[in-house]
Parts: sequence; structure tokens; C-alpha cells
Amino acid sequence: MARKPVGEAALEHKGWWQSNRWLIFRRISQLSILTLFLMGPLASIWWVGELDNPFWVIKGSLASNVVLETVPLTDPFLYMQTLLAGQAFEMTALIGALIVTLFYLLVGGRAYCSWVCPMNIVTDSAGWLRRKFGLKKRCELSPRLRFLILGLVIVMSVLAGSMLWELVNPVTLFQRGILYGMGMGWIVVIAVFLYDLLWSRNGWCGHLCPMGAFYSLLGRFSYIRIRAAEREACDDCMDCFSICPEPQVIRPSLKGEHGVGPVIDESQCTNCGRCIDICGPEVFRFGSRFVK
Amino acid sequence: MSQKKRVNRREFLAEGGKAVGGLALLGAAIGGYGKQAASMPAYALRPPGALSEEDFLGACVRCGVCVKDCPYDILHLAEWQEEVALGTPYFIARDIPCEMCEDIPCVRNCPTGALNRTMEDIEKAEMGTAVLVDQETCLNLLGLRCDICYRVCPVLDEAITLERFHNTRTGSHALFVPTVHADQCTGCGKCEYACPLPVAAIKVLPDKLAKGEAGAHYRLGWKEKEKAGAALVTPDIEHQYNLPSGFSYDLLGDGLISPEQKGGQ
Repeated sequence: MARKPVGEAALEHKGWWQSNRWLIFRRISQLSILTLFLMGPLASIWWVGELDNPFWVIKGSLASNVVLETVPLTDPFLYMQTLLAGQAFEMTALIGALIVTLFYLLVGGRAYCSWVCPMNIVTDSAGWLRRKFGLKKRCELSPRLRFLILGLVIVMSVLAGSMLWELVNPVTLFQRGILYGMGMGWIVVIAVFLYDLLWSRNGWCGHLCPMGAFYSLLGRFSYIRIRAAEREACDDCMDCFSICPEPQVIRPSLKGEHGVGPVIDESQCTNCGRCIDICGPEVFRFGSRFVK
Repeated sequence: MSQKKRVNRREFLAEGGKAVGGLALLGAAIGGYGKQAASMPAYALRPPGALSEEDFLGACVRCGVCVKDCPYDILHLAEWQEEVALGTPYFIARDIPCEMCEDIPCVRNCPTGALNRTMEDIEKAEMGTAVLVDQETCLNLLGLRCDICYRVCPVLDEAITLERFHNTRTGSHALFVPTVHADQCTGCGKCEYACPLPVAAIKVLPDKLAKGEAGAHYRLGWKEKEKAGAALVTPDIEHQYNLPSGFSYDLLGDGLISPEQKGGQ
């Protein structure tokens, strides 16, 4: 039997909305966060109704910002680098980083990658084109390489006493570029796109990005997890493996190897929900890590 | 990693060696680039209250809150391929200078203290120091009364004063030379912005380029005298001339003066 194209089974079983809804939710999440940043004080029109006395709903960028002109939020990955570079504890950044950390302990560390980070849109597009044109992988690096790069980031920060990674980090470059002006930064973003498209499937986010590695460690024991609740219903169509950005996380829970429970308790799972969308027999769903 | 493959020692060493080699290369490249990126170009100025450049690059998370908080849109985050370290805030005085807001909004929300949040007096800012870099094109040094840099300075008549000198070219006019007093200058860049020449004759430079440093052992006699409230050396005794009766001696002027000359005057 010839294999159906990826997603065809889900489309037949569930219709378009059910087989795309988490993807749509993620795009809405990613874009509305950027929109809130871009609107600046204009966004407060939804609260005050007029702009006589506008206030900032959120000010700054994903690196660090102030919500409603009071609550600080700081990226713990960047804050970690300032500490490693030998800078003093700063209360504002510390509180901001703690709030963010607690949030990702709830929703899953790498939910940052799939629900917040705009680079995800770039690499997802590359992945989509890759499937569309049936491009084969060229060179497969180890997904563990990102932890080595994270190690390098840490060592460099300590040795140089400076945030060296932030001189080249394509992720923060892209996030900042959207909000403050990209300039020649497009070159870097296009390079990441082409790398993902032509070289390695999910090459940047899944193999190299130390920020993703950091967030995966941060949310190692996070509350919300996807589980293969109806794994008995799996018909081995492999669509979830084709679509998952971290396909290695699925097998143990789906196949119940070595008595592994249905909860995908893997730090690299980004909680993106694509497997839920793409699965015809509706095997996967969001749940808590504690409900086995 | 739940599906660990068994790896033998040889494979482990080979794979590990590749990874470490690659990382060492990457680290070396970024490290070298980082050294270059740490050298701010002389035309770029940090916002008020910025830590020393070395600390600033370790503290600033490149969030851009200062950019949003600046009411005059003066600050800019360095983009890819700009000469300033990627993502860090700066301004170029000749394009748009700092307005020196009294409440210093740009430093208030800095999350990491890369800008000193507790800074209170904007006139204590040390963004750089103005220097009259070109004494050949400055209109005041050509003998005109341009005075623009002097008049736009927010620390008026303190950071820049006009010092009067003799105009030796005409022989009968004065030069009013704009003179920067570094301890008063905040580096806001208003003077550089306002200079009417096609290329400014007065420029704000980073302190390390703008300032010299006097030897630690140097003492300025007149200042020491002021501090002590009296001369520090015994004053010269007035010279006594042993002259014939009626004669006097003017050391700096006429020399020996006879009684006849005196009478004739």
C-alpha cells in the first residue's frame, strides 16, 4: 500500500480545523506577542478605550521587558550569561528571570521554542518546504550537539567576562530585529532558513540552538506534557514522526518500550502539539505529567 | 535520552574528538570576533549612566527598554554588521544628540543595571567629552563669532567657555576660542550636532580618547598656593641697587634713570 502524504489521514478523519488547530494557536501566540511589543502604548487602547493617557502594556523585547509598567520579565538564558560574565545580582532581572522560569516549569521549557520564539516560524517554514519537496537530509548532526554549544556559551561567558554568544546569537538577533529594525540581520535569518531547508531537517532548533537546550533543562520537570493517551489506537502511519520537530521523543511513550508510560516525559519535547493535530486516530493529547 | 545506543570507546573518542574540535574552532572564532566587537567606534556614544564598556558588554541583555523609554527616539540597538557590539544601545551625536532629560527615563527600567538606574543628576553624566578637534576650520578660530557650540551647550558657560586670545593674523582683533571643560561636559553631543560646518569641528569622543592625564606627581603651583592660602615659597627679596644719589633703576623698562631724566618727565 502506498503511503498517504503526511497529514492526509488526519484530514480525512478529523477535518481541517482539528488537524491544524494547535498549529494555528501557536502562530496566534507567536504573532500576538510580537504585535503587543510592536504596538507599544497603542495596545492600551483595548483597556482604556482612548489614547488620552496611554500606558505600555509590554515594553522591551523577549530578552527583557516590563509588563504593565510594573512586572519585569527577563529571559533566564540571557540573565544567566550576565551572571557568568561576572555581573552582580540585580533584583529586577532576578525577579524577572524567576517569573519566567516558573512559567516554563508550568507549560514546558521548550514551549518557549514552539509558542513564543519567532525563529520557530522560520524553521517551521523550512521544514514545511522540506516535506513539500521531499528533500532528504544531507548531514545529520547529533541533537546533543546543542548541549555542547550551551557548554561553550557558558565557558565563553566566564572566560571573556562578556556575553560573547549574544554577538552571534541568531535567535535574539531575529527577535530584536523584528522589534527594533533588522538591517543586515536578514542575512543571518536567511542563513538559518537555508540551513534548515537544504542541509539538516530541523537543523537549527533541533541540533544547534543552545537557547533551546537551556530551556529544555529549565523545563525538564515541567507540569504540562503531551501524552500518548490512546496509544493502543496507533496504526503506525508514522505521520507524527514525520512532523515532530524532535521525533526521538515520541517512540518510548508511544510504543511503551521498557514499560515507559504514555506521558512524553522528554525535556526536548516542545509541547507544540503538532502530533495531536496530525494523528488520525487521535492518540495524543495535552495533559499533566502526573496523570499517567 | 531514552534510546541510548551502546557506543564503544573508539567511537566515543572519535565522535567526542570531532565535537570538541568543532567547538574549539567555533569558540576561537567567536572569541576573536568578540574582542573586535568590544572596541566601540569613536563616533558611537552609550546612553547616560552606562557602565564601563567592558562591564556594559557583560551586563546589557540587549532588551531595548532604554530605546523605548527615550522620549526623543535617540537610542538605537546595534544591528548585524554595524560596528557597535550587536544589540547594544548607542547614539551618534552628529545624527541626533541626547536631550539630557532631567528625570533620565532611559536608565530607570534597565533590568540589569547596565545603565545606572539610581542616577539622579543628568549633569553628572559621562557619555563622552567634547573636543574641538579641528582648530583650522572652527569659525571662531578663524576670527568669527559663530559661538554656536557655546550657546547650545546645556551646561551653559561651564562645559564650554569662550576664552579670549589675541588674533595675530589681523593684529588688532580677538579670537574667542571654544574651550571644553571636561569635568563639566556630559557628552550629550549638542555642540557636535549644532556645529554649522559640513563636518563638525567639535566632536564628542569617548573619554579614553578625549582626555589626557597629568602625571600623578605633578603639582600646579598656583592651585597649591590657593589651597594653602599663602605662598609656599619665600617671596623674593626686592633687589637693592647701590646707586649714586638721585639715580634709580627700572629693571623691566628704562634701565638706569638719572636725576635729569626724572626731572624732565
